[in-house]
Parts: sequence; structure tokens; C-alpha cells
Amino acid sequence: MSVKLNTRQVGDVSVVDVAGRITLGEGSSAMRDALREMVNKGHKKILLNLGEVSYIDSSGIGELVSGFTTVTNNGGQLKLLNLTKRVKDLLQITKLYTVFDVHEDEAGAVRSFA
Amino acid sequence: MLRMRENSRRASETVERFLDSTLDSVDSAEELAVGVAQRAGFDDDEIMKIGMAVRESVVNAVVHGNRYNSNKKVRFSVAKTPERFTIRIADEGEGFDFGNLPDPLSPENLMRTSGRGIFLMRSFMDEFDIRRLQPAGTEVTLVKYMASK
Repeated sequence: MSVKLNTRQVGDVSVVDVAGRITLGEGSSAMRDALREMVNKGHKKILLNLGEVSYIDSSGIGELVSGFTTVTNNGGQLKLLNLTKRVKDLLQITKLYTVFDVHEDEAGAVRSFA
Repeated sequence: MLRMRENSRRASETVERFLDSTLDSVDSAEELAVGVAQRAGFDDDEIMKIGMAVRESVVNAVVHGNRYNSNKKVRFSVAKTPERFTIRIADEGEGFDFGNLPDPLSPENLMRTSGRGIFLMRSFMDEFDIRRLQPAGTEVTLVKYMASK
């Protein structure tokens, strides 16, 4: 299965539920397009729910970094929710875990947006 | 049954394929390596690491090495002996200066959107080697020790 994205609003926070594989090609470009579209529409508070992401490769990691930079450079915040062990391990070995604001429960994550 | 499984783990096995320079080959290579790794008795975590290292390497071969050139192939082999699980990925590209790769963990590179593939291969495998081929191409060798499973 490639990646599936579903966006919903929780208050003023845009939650993106991501499921499947974020890999080079369709998976990573779909996420990139979705994040750019949200930024273009003026969304400032974006929460990426990665709970159903089964696999991510270096290209997918690159897209997370790219998304973070795009949102931040446009005055917004991008945070991560529900990392699977594999994604968490990957972010840790690439030293990106501390770059992202990572949450384990949605309500707390939504509240954390200033 | 148990003896058959044990024999399967001890048996040597080698497969070799010449893959097209397309992203579909990334899935094919991963599937092939994972199949041999499963028969070798690696656990799920090790199999995930092997699969991921293979994906990263074949992506490099297809995208950066052969540049999707339909006239160029990726030679892919998996060889299992009682001691070592060895994967080789060779492209026919122009090669690159792999002695001078930026460190993806250094602060100035941390937010780069690419450049982590070789780092992940090194992290996930017991041995990693890369060499230039003559007259052209780059070959990556990935090794897992059977004793580590």
C-alpha cells in the first residue's frame, strides 16, 4: 500500500492522518503536495499523525524535514503525533527526533500549539 | 519440521538478478532480499533493516547511478552462507566521490532533505563497502553476520 492522507480540523489545528508507506515516489510526493497546499491555504498549525505509517525511507525522512522547514518558514508550526517504533527509531538514529516536537496523544498535541 | 527449518537456515543460497533502472526494481530487490533473509531465520527487526538497506542502495543505483537509463541495468545478488548474508548492488553509472560524503548528523546538514541513504545502510548492516567498477559503475556490498541473528 502506498500512502493515504486524510486531513481534518480540530479547533484551529489541522490534523493530517497519514497511513501506509512514505517512500521515494508517490508516497513522499503525496505528503509534500499535501503540506504545501495547506501552507498555501494559510494553515499555520499542522499536526502530522504518523500512527498508521508502516514504513518510511530516507526520502520520506527528507520529506518530513522539508515539510517542517516549509511550514516553519511560513510562520507556522509542524508537530508529529503517534510515531511507530520504527519511525521513532529512524528519527533517533538520524538525530532528528529532537528537532521535531513529538506527541503521543492527540488532545495534548492540539493543546500544545500556542 | 524443525529439522527442515534448521537445515534451511544452515543451507547456502545465492540469487542474482539484472534489474531494470526503474523504481519498481526497488520493490523487487527488497522482496528478493527479504525472502532469503526470512529463510535464513533473521527476526523481523533484522529483516526490516536488511530490507531498508537494500531499498536505499537500489534507489541510489537506479536514481543516481543509472539515472533511470533504460539501457543500463542494476546487478543485484543475495548470497547466504552459514556465516554471512551478503547483498551486492552494482549500477552502470558514472560513479561519485564517496570518500567525500557530508555527514548527515552534523548540525549544518541535519535539516538537509537528502543524503541519509548511505548513513542508514551503514547503521543497519554489520559491514558496508562501496567501490568503483571498471570501466564504469559503483558496487555496494552489504553484509549481515548470521551469528548476529
